[in-house]
Amino acid sequence: MEKKKLKLNGNTYLLFITVLLFIVMYIAGIIIFHGKGFGRFQVLLNLFISNAGLIVIAAGMTIVMITGGIDISVGSVVALVCMLLAWMMENKGMDAIPALMIVLVVGLIFGVVQGFLVAYLKIQPFIVTLAGMFFARGLTAIISQEMISIKNEVFLSWANAKIYLPFGGTVNKKGVMLYPYVYPSVIIALLILIIVFIMLKYTKFGRSIYAVGGNEQSALLMGLNVKTIKLKAYILNGFLCSIGGFLFCLNTSAGFVEQAKGFEMEAIASSVIGGTLLTGGVGNVIGSLFGVLIKGTIETFITFQGTLSSWWTKITIAALLAFFIILQSLFAKAKEKVNKVS
Amino acid sequence: MNKIKKITSYELFLPIMCFILVLLINVIKTPTFFEVSIKNGVFYGYIIDVINRASELVILAVGMTLVVASSGGTDISVGAVMSVAAALCCYILAGGQQTINAYQNPYVLGILLALVVGVVCGCFNGFLVAKMKIQPMVATLILFTAGRGIAQLITKGQITYIRVENYKLLGANIPGIPLPTTIFVVVIVVLITNIVLKKTALGLYIQSVGINAKASRLVGLKSSRIIFLTYVFCGLCAGIAGLMASSRIYSADANNIGLNMELDAILAVALGGNSLSGGKFTLLGSVIGAYTIQALTTTLYAMSVSADQLPVYKAIVVVIIVSLQSKEFKKIVRGLKDKKADGRKEEQVA
Repeated sequence: MEKKKLKLNGNTYLLFITVLLFIVMYIAGIIIFHGKGFGRFQVLLNLFISNAGLIVIAAGMTIVMITGGIDISVGSVVALVCMLLAWMMENKGMDAIPALMIVLVVGLIFGVVQGFLVAYLKIQPFIVTLAGMFFARGLTAIISQEMISIKNEVFLSWANAKIYLPFGGTVNKKGVMLYPYVYPSVIIALLILIIVFIMLKYTKFGRSIYAVGGNEQSALLMGLNVKTIKLKAYILNGFLCSIGGFLFCLNTSAGFVEQAKGFEMEAIASSVIGGTLLTGGVGNVIGSLFGVLIKGTIETFITFQGTLSSWWTKITIAALLAFFIILQSLFAKAKEKVNKVS
Repeated sequence: MNKIKKITSYELFLPIMCFILVLLINVIKTPTFFEVSIKNGVFYGYIIDVINRASELVILAVGMTLVVASSGGTDISVGAVMSVAAALCCYILAGGQQTINAYQNPYVLGILLALVVGVVCGCFNGFLVAKMKIQPMVATLILFTAGRGIAQLITKGQITYIRVENYKLLGANIPGIPLPTTIFVVVIVVLITNIVLKKTALGLYIQSVGINAKASRLVGLKSSRIIFLTYVFCGLCAGIAGLMASSRIYSADANNIGLNMELDAILAVALGGNSLSGGKFTLLGSVIGAYTIQALTTTLYAMSVSADQLPVYKAIVVVIIVSLQSKEFKKIVRGLKDKKADGRKEEQVA
C-alpha cells in the first residue's frame, strides 16, 4: 500500500512543482512590477494570446514524448506553415480557407513520413526529426527568402476578431470601463487542449499511447500494435503542429525564414516542465499548458523589465529545462532505490 | 562475385564511394576542378578550397564520431559552442570594445579561454549525459538553443571585429607557407586523436562502452567516465572549430558562426559508415565523410543553391543514409530477396 502511494506522488509531484512555480512567479511579478499593471487580468490573458500556437504544439509534443519519442522539427514546421500560408495567399491569390486546408495536409505529411521512419524503420526519433527540422527550414527558404506579410482580409479578420469577456474589466484613466479580451486563436487552442486531454485520458488510443511509452515490450505482449500506435502519435503531432503553426501565424501575420527559431526547445521545455518524462510513459497536457504559461511569464517579465535582451528568455528556458531534467533524473534514481530496497 | 562482396563489405567502402562520386560530378561540371595554381606564393584551386573550407567540419566530425560511438547519441550543440568560443575569444582580445586594431589582451589568453569554454560546455553536456543519464540529444539541446543566446550576450548583440593581421593567420595562410593554416591544424588534431585511440586502449574502451555500457561497467570499465570524456573532447573540438571560423572572418558573429554545422557533422559521421546507434567507429571514415560533404556543399553552391536552402538536400541525404543503415530496412530487403529466391526455386521445381 505504502509503495503505491509513493509512486503516485513521484509522478504528480513534478506537476505540482510546476503549478506552484507558475503561481509563485506570477505573484512575484505582480509584486515587482506593481506600478506597471502586471496584475491586470488582461496581462494574464495575453499569456494565452501570445502563446496560443505553442499551447497546441506543446500538446502534440507531449503525445509524442509519452510514446518515448521526441520531435524537434516543430519550430521549422511552424515557419514552413506560416511561409506557405503567406505565400499562397499573397503571391498565389488563394483564399484563406483552401490555404489553411493545404497547410494542415502538409503537417499531416510531415507526421506520416517522420512517424514511418521512427516506427517502422526504427530510426532514432531525434535523427529523423533533426533532418525534418533542417528540411522544413530549408523548404521555407526555397519558397521565399524575403518576408511576406499577410494582407488577406479574411485571414486578418480571423486574426483581429476580439472576443470580450463580460467580467474582470478595469477602469482606465478616462474613466471608461475596459473589458479584457481574447482572440479566437486562444479559444481554438484551449478547445484542442481539452480534446487532447480527454483523448489521452479516456480513449483506448490514448491509453495505448501511455502503454507503449511505459514499456514497449509489455505493450507488444499485451497485443497492442506498437508500430501503428507510434505512427498515429506522430501523425497526430504533425497535425497539431500545423494547427499550432496556423495559430502562431494569426499572431504574427507574416512568413519569414527565421520565424519560430528555437520553438522546438520551448515546446519540449514546456512538456518537460509540465511533468512529461523524457523516458516516456508519463505526461499530461495540462502540465504542458502550465509549462507554456511559465515560459510566457518569463517573457512578460523581460518585456516589463524593459532593458534585458530577448535572448534572456531562451537562456532562462534552457536553464529551467536543465533544472527540471535533472530533477526528473533524481526522481528516477530515488524510485530505483526504493524498488531495490523493497 | 566473392571479390566484389569483399570490396563492398570493406568498412570504408561507402564513404570512399560517395567521395569519388561527388568528385566525379565536379570534374564533369568543372574540368578545372583538380587544377592547382600558385598566386603570390599560395596555392589556389577548387580542391584546395574544398580542403580548406572543410577544416572546421573535419574537426567537429572527429569529436562527434567519438560521442556517437560511446553514447549512441549525438551532440547537437557543437554549432552553438563554436559561436560561444568565438565570441569569448573576440571579447577577450577586444577587451569589450567593438572594433579594435591592436589586441587589448594577449592573443594566447583569448585562444586558451576559448578552448576552455569549449571544454566547459563539453563538461556540461557530458555531466547531463553520463552522470544524469539523460538522452544525449535532449541534454545537448539545452546548449543548442541557449548557446547562441550566451554568445549574443558576450558580444552584446553586435559583431566584434578584430582588425589585427595575425588574428587572421589561423583562418588564412602563414606567410611563406603555400597551404592554408587550417590544414595543419586538422592534420594535428586528427593525428593526435588517432594515435591516442590506437596506441592506448581508449579506442577499444569507447567501442565497448558504445556496444554495451552495462556489460563494460561489469567488466571493470568506468562507462560513465568514458562517455563524459568523449563529450568533453567534442566540446574542445567545437572550441577549436569556433576559433578557426572566427579567424576566417576576423570577427565574432554570434548568429552565423557554426550555423547548421551540427547537421553537417552528424552527416559526416553517418556518411563515414559509422552506425549512429553507437559502438564500432572509424575515424578515417568520418574524415572522408566530412570532405565529401564540403565537396557537395561547394558543388551545390556552384549550382547556385543558396545557403538557406542547402539543408533541404542534406536532410534528404541524412534520411536516406540512416534508413539504409537501419536493421529494419535490411530485414525488409532481405525479406524481398528471400521471396524472389523462393519464387525461383518453385519455378525450377515446376
